[in-house]
Amino acid sequence: MTRPNPRLRALFLGAGYAFLYVPILVLMVLSFNDSAMMTTWTGFSLRWYHELFADRALLEAARLSLIIAAFTATAAVVIGTWAGYVLARMGRFRGFALFVGLVSAPLVIPEVVLGISLLLMFVELSDLLGWEGSNGAFTIWVGHVILSMAYVSVIIQSRVRDLDRSLEDAALDLGASPVKVFFQIVLPLIAPALVSAWLLAFTLSLDDVVIASFLTGPGHTTLPLEVFSRVRLGLKPEINALATLFMLLVAVFVLIANRVQNRRGYSA
Amino acid sequence: MLRAPHSWRRVLTIAPPFVWLILFLLLPFLLVLKISFADLQFGVPPYTALAEFKDEALSIVLNLRGYVLLFTDSLYVATYLHSVKMAAITTVCCVLIGYPMAYYIARSEPAVRNLLLIGVILPFWTSLLLRVYAWIGILRNDGLLNNLLMAFGLIDQPLEIYRTDLAVYIGLVYAYLPFFILPLYANLVKLDTRLLEAAYDLGARPWSAFISVVLPLSMPGVIAGAMLVFIPSVGEFVIPEMLGGADTLMIGRVMWTEFFNNSDWPMAAAVTCVMVLLLLVPMVLFQYGQVRQLEMRGGRR
Repeated sequence: MTRPNPRLRALFLGAGYAFLYVPILVLMVLSFNDSAMMTTWTGFSLRWYHELFADRALLEAARLSLIIAAFTATAAVVIGTWAGYVLARMGRFRGFALFVGLVSAPLVIPEVVLGISLLLMFVELSDLLGWEGSNGAFTIWVGHVILSMAYVSVIIQSRVRDLDRSLEDAALDLGASPVKVFFQIVLPLIAPALVSAWLLAFTLSLDDVVIASFLTGPGHTTLPLEVFSRVRLGLKPEINALATLFMLLVAVFVLIANRVQNRRGYSA
Repeated sequence: MLRAPHSWRRVLTIAPPFVWLILFLLLPFLLVLKISFADLQFGVPPYTALAEFKDEALSIVLNLRGYVLLFTDSLYVATYLHSVKMAAITTVCCVLIGYPMAYYIARSEPAVRNLLLIGVILPFWTSLLLRVYAWIGILRNDGLLNNLLMAFGLIDQPLEIYRTDLAVYIGLVYAYLPFFILPLYANLVKLDTRLLEAAYDLGARPWSAFISVVLPLSMPGVIAGAMLVFIPSVGEFVIPEMLGGADTLMIGRVMWTEFFNNSDWPMAAAVTCVMVLLLLVPMVLFQYGQVRQLEMRGGRR
């Protein structure tokens, strides 16, 4: 079989990956720079890491973000798996096109649109019901679930489709109820996909600035909100240290997840 | 393979996620549409009601202030055009960089392919905010890029990139490139290479085989990827805010300013509605692709 031109291949892949990774590497190197000016290298130092861990506001924001992300990921996996299963196994039904549209809309809708529409809904709700507490962690959670369940259902939908349907049919023929079939056959088979979907939802929530800006309330500053308010006017050395830690953590996460999936003979 | 499903069971399975989506996605959007026709007022909420029942008369007032302003103020029109232009150029750049990458990844040996794929997915998993922030250190006047170019004597004056449209283009392409590569890769990796071999056997040169076999077959992947880049780019806020100058006009930013700085919610809602209207064609195109893909895959079984 003819192989693609190796020189062109090296050129495009080399340039492409350099584009994707050079900024991250630059940031990591800068995080160890002693200078506060950050544009000239004055020496190796862990000073910004020390400052990072002494920074109360950042740590508090990180705590809130991690909590919201964990709740978001869990809820998004439940609802997203449900929606993905409906897409994969229920065939056509009335409103199918609308359902597909709604499920995948958050993948493309600009986040400012999601943010303002949810905020206006919560405002109307509190106006209508006199419902207090419409601002803060709960509202951010709802916004993040809506955003990340779209990604979850896409992942789960394609995973369920790849399952051998005769297993489910056999169990049904032997008298198992559909609910039992789902929990005892489908769920164990898609478990690796559930794990990666959970992690993806977690990181999406941990990263979101825009939706959180609309839905946050007093005293509920998430990590991205805190970071964004500091960096929109330029470079902040302690944020370099934060970014380095964050990216190393994610890299380890993804590599481990990939190992696990490959060992199970399942390739993404 | 049609089982006669109990219809109430079907309804119970389909309804919960459907209701959730209608409640938290469709309904909120209809509210934006409603409020875009309201007028500004002091109080909570900071806009007027559309329908009022007073003295046994139901009066419905559709306030068009926001829309009139949008279409008469040349600044808004210019902003919309500029956003679409920036998103279009971003999409073209993503296709030019992303297509060869996706193609060569898909044609690699499985072990290498897996590694290369992680390389694309990894940035997708890391914080977009932090990755865009990383560019500030490179593009600034006293940043890495200018320092390097000056050290090599290629330029005497630092290039003015940070806080210009060019920086926003770099940021947008950088942020959305994985969104283009991944769906296209998923398409290309399924490509039957025997078709290519057949083309070669019949005497096609590599380029013409690529253009007449691979390119047409990969179009669904290109379109899906291009929509995933184009649509969010039009409304992007974080990247122009961090890398762009004060004169980098983008709708996402204007809408943000109307909402947070001017507290003009009806105006922000009107800006949003027109943004969605503008994106309706690409969105429908994307959704149509999704539905068709689902039906095709469903029909195969």
